[in-house]
Amino acid sequence: MKHIRSIIPSGDSAVLIRLEQTISSENTIGIYNLMSQIRSAKIIGITDLIPAYCSLMVCYDPALISWQSLRDRLKDLSSLQEDDITVTQRHITIPAVYGGIYGEDLPSVAELCGLSEEEVIAIHSGTDYFVHMIGFLPGFPYLGGLDERIAVRRLDEPRIRIPAGSVGIGGSQTGIYPLDSPGGWRLIAKTPVRIYDPASKDPVLFRPTDIVRFQPVSEAEYLDMEQAVANGEHVHIITEGGTSWGSGS
Amino acid sequence: MGIRIIKGGMFTTVQDSGRTGYQDLGFHVCGAADRRSFRIANLLLDNPENEAVLECTLIGPTIEFTSEMIIAMAGGDFRPMINDEPVPMYQALYVRKGDILKLGSARSGRLCYIAFSNYLQIPVVMGSRSTDTVSGIGGFKGRKLEDGDYIEERIKRRKYLPWFLSRKLELHEFESDKAEIRVIAGPQDDMFPDAGIRTFLNSEYTVTSDFDRMGVRLDGPFIESRQGSDIISDGIPFGAVQVPGHGKPIIMLCDRQTTGGYAKIACVISVDLPKIAQRRISDKIHFRQVSVETAQKLIREEELEFQSMRDQIHQPCKEVLDIRLTAKRMKQLFEEN
Repeated sequence: MKHIRSIIPSGDSAVLIRLEQTISSENTIGIYNLMSQIRSAKIIGITDLIPAYCSLMVCYDPALISWQSLRDRLKDLSSLQEDDITVTQRHITIPAVYGGIYGEDLPSVAELCGLSEEEVIAIHSGTDYFVHMIGFLPGFPYLGGLDERIAVRRLDEPRIRIPAGSVGIGGSQTGIYPLDSPGGWRLIAKTPVRIYDPASKDPVLFRPTDIVRFQPVSEAEYLDMEQAVANGEHVHIITEGGTSWGSGS
Repeated sequence: MGIRIIKGGMFTTVQDSGRTGYQDLGFHVCGAADRRSFRIANLLLDNPENEAVLECTLIGPTIEFTSEMIIAMAGGDFRPMINDEPVPMYQALYVRKGDILKLGSARSGRLCYIAFSNYLQIPVVMGSRSTDTVSGIGGFKGRKLEDGDYIEERIKRRKYLPWFLSRKLELHEFESDKAEIRVIAGPQDDMFPDAGIRTFLNSEYTVTSDFDRMGVRLDGPFIESRQGSDIISDGIPFGAVQVPGHGKPIIMLCDRQTTGGYAKIACVISVDLPKIAQRRISDKIHFRQVSVETAQKLIREEELEFQSMRDQIHQPCKEVLDIRLTAKRMKQLFEEN
């Protein structure tokens, strides 16, 4: 892969593969490809892979492989990697009810942006978001693509407990809380979809390179969907293989 | 049959070597904060290296055994007692049904590990029995132990271990209130000017009370950065030393989030992580830089040390073999009566 800039140690049990330090879908797809390649190479000693915006951290057990041998193996792999590997991209539609008790900060977001609540909803649900990485909490997607017109600063006083499924805006990012947790993002909506379900075989819904779109629903629809989810049904829609992306520069 | 938690203590959780392999999905690794003491506790009982133990923090639990088994404790000195009689740490101990193990407050160190020959009946969640209290998964109901909790034993077989009297180690691990912590530079040491790196390596830092399984904040001289210390978020390894805008280091520990956006000036080497996990508030820390090669050599040396500990506990007790010593003891017994 042409855009790998460096492979450096991150402590004695991890190496960091760095790409150009920018946030782009090309980087995300490149890292995602590299990750699949490292997985299929089955290098003994690798314990974890942590993809991020423009880097991939490879965790390993130094009792099984030394830093130099791992670096050499990774260099060989990355020089073999073709530039135009494609990834099957998934489009995921997430139903969400905006405002009211489900998105308490919608009025303040609208006010801070000088828009009406309806306009904020239209902009937020009219955009395709790209999943750059998963991190921070299990299943938490770092979504890129928020329209600048609705980018607002975080709350001055973070909330102690935000319920799972809450959709918020924090700075130029938007995201969904995977589990009840504290947080400082402004909440505008709530989805009945469980993006993190520890009981499921696939506990995490999103993966890097997914495209996410929010679908506004009424409170009545939301409540029906919440019931359906509790009965083990899926209320989100996944369409696969629509687009292929090249990772070439 | 198993163990009843009469008192949960300050923060007692079930831990093993952690939930690896799922960090790409945002799962925290967790696992024992002091991997060395965790391994020694299991080693004393010939348990599998990754067997789940109880990790006790500062004030230990009180536990009633509802079946007989063998236990071992390692880590900081929590002044353990069985039925109100002091018992040693770093030694295999036989406990009967109804016995009460009571750990006190830590006299040295911060963490103590209790291993059980009959293992703990804790479901495996994504390859691990470790408790992740942040996400509420794994361990005992995804949380710390509370008064009245009951954990079943997983097997019944081990009421006897060979070389029982030899199963002890003379270790005094966490007595000092000063520690030299070795680090590997980077991955973002280039975001700090030479002056900032010098401050980091040549100053004394103090452990603050902001200390949990996620990380520990240190206080001390301000570490200068070139242009702030925000980076585009990337992976955080165990022991990463982050320096946020306030210029004071934060060492990331076992429950750390998988990714973060502060520059990492250095990473603590694996063999020194237990020293960090066992620090106490207001302890002093000095950092010293070493190479990755040195750090990995130290890991291999520690493996040899574990092997020699195994050899040491796997031989007949010398005192029993020494006929003259045994005769002397018997003579003493007769004379006393």
